[in-house]
Amino acid sequence: MAMSQSRPVNLDLKTIRFPIMAISSIIHRVTGVIMFLGAFVVMALLGMSLQGEEGFAAALAAMDNFIVAFCLWGFVSVLGYHFVAGLKHLAMDLGHFETLESAPGAAKFTLVSGVVIVVLAGIWVW
Amino acid sequence: MVTKVTGYSRNGVSDWIFQRASAVILAAYTVFIVGYLLLNDVTAESWQALFASLPMQIFSLLAVLAFVAHAWIGMWTVVTDYIKPVRVRYSAIVAIALILFAYLVWGVAILFGN
Repeated sequence: MAMSQSRPVNLDLKTIRFPIMAISSIIHRVTGVIMFLGAFVVMALLGMSLQGEEGFAAALAAMDNFIVAFCLWGFVSVLGYHFVAGLKHLAMDLGHFETLESAPGAAKFTLVSGVVIVVLAGIWVW
Repeated sequence: MVTKVTGYSRNGVSDWIFQRASAVILAAYTVFIVGYLLLNDVTAESWQALFASLPMQIFSLLAVLAFVAHAWIGMWTVVTDYIKPVRVRYSAIVAIALILFAYLVWGVAILFGN
C-alpha cells in the first residue's frame, strides 16, 4: 500500500451519504435476500392451495391470518421492487442510465415505483 | 489473473448470463401469475386445473429452476461481499445450497405430487 498518509480523511458521518444509485442498489440486494427466505411462505401457500377443495379453502383461511397476510404483502412488495430494479439493471446492460446525468433519475424512478408497489400490494392483499 | 478461490461456476460470464436468463423467466412468470390472479375470479377448480395443465407444469418447473439458479448466484454474491471470515462464509454458502436444494425438491413435489 503506497498511499500517501497525508490524504484528507472524512469520518464525519453527518456529511457521508450514499448516492441515490447506491441506495436503490442495496435495496435490490436486500429484497433479493428477503425473497430467498420469504419463498417459504409462498411455496407453503401454493402447496396447500393445490390440495383439493379443502386445501384451497385452508390456504384462503391462512391468508386471513394477519401474520401470513403481512408476509404475503411483504413478499409481493419486495418482488415488485426487485422486478423494477431488475428491469433497470437490464436497461443498464444495454448501456442506458449509466451517466451521472441519467443514473440518479432512473434510481429515483425505481425507488418511487417501489413505494407505489408497496401501497398497491397492501391494497391487493387486504 | 486473479486466483479463483470461491467461484463455483466456470466463470463470471456464465454467472452473468444465467442471472439474466433466469431473471427474464422469473419476470415472465411473475407477470403471468399476477395477471392471472387479477384478471380471473379464481376458484379451487380453475386454480388446480391451471397447475395440472402441461404448459403450466413446464412453465412452473422452469420458474423453480430459474429461482434456484437466480437465488444461488445472488446469495453467493451477497455472502462473498459481506462475510469475511472464511469458515462463516463457507457455512453460509453450504446452508444456502441446502435450502435451495430443499426448495427445488419441494417445488417438484408441489407441482407433480398431486
